Amino acid sequence: MDLSLSTRTVGDRTVVEVGGEIDVYTAPKLREQLVELVNEGNYHLVVDMEGVDFLDSTGLGVLVGGLKRVRAHEGSLRLVCNQERILKIFRITGLTKVFPIHTSVDDAVAATD
Amino acid sequence: MATVELRFSALPEHVRTARLVAVAVARRAGVDESVLDEVRLAVGEACSRAVSLHQRGGLDGAVRVGLTDLEKRFLIEVEDEAGPAGLPPVGSAAEEMGEDAEDALGLAVITALVEDVEVTSGAKGGLIRMSWGLAPDSLEL
Repeated sequence: MDLSLSTRTVGDRTVVEVGGEIDVYTAPKLREQLVELVNEGNYHLVVDMEGVDFLDSTGLGVLVGGLKRVRAHEGSLRLVCNQERILKIFRITGLTKVFPIHTSVDDAVAATD
Repeated sequence: MATVELRFSALPEHVRTARLVAVAVARRAGVDESVLDEVRLAVGEACSRAVSLHQRGGLDGAVRVGLTDLEKRFLIEVEDEAGPAGLPPVGSAAEEMGEDAEDALGLAVITALVEDVEVTSGAKGGLIRMSWGLAPDSLEL
């Protein structure tokens, strides 16, 4: 399965819905999408990972890159994920301390801290 | 020789194929279902790293994935042809990490996931050897 990306605006947040596999081949597409959104002035991003089947360190690197970009504009990057096998990768790399991870898009959109 | 051996041009689009093949062979060898996600991720990380080393060095060449059923263990070897690439530090300084540090992060994922892992040098580059135990009752199937 390839990577699927779609974006929508909810209030002042931009929700990026990601589906499929994020790996060394597909991660550049996600990077482009995040860079484009930030360049267009969207600094509060919610990345919905509920449709992601596979994530590796290349994908993690892209998410960290996105976080750095939005933070440069006082923005935020929140993740939505309930899948244990994906959450595990964030835990073993220590990235659960770096990203706010929410159980639903509504929750992520409502979060302000 | 390996039970199944795969050799692919060091390009990102082939890493998924390597993951699929590795998991299929691991399942057949009797690696527990609960561990297959780890096998998938570890092989993916090792192959991504190999591909990245080739690309960064502007090198052609291939990545070899050896999948060997050793009766009690299942061995996966991922070998690149990227020359004597130094072993990057393995740390958890995730917050400091830039996109260039994916390599170190990939190795950190592998070492966190796989109990038996060895990063060494092969004939033409780096070699990552990883193995998993096989459930005893699956050996006779």
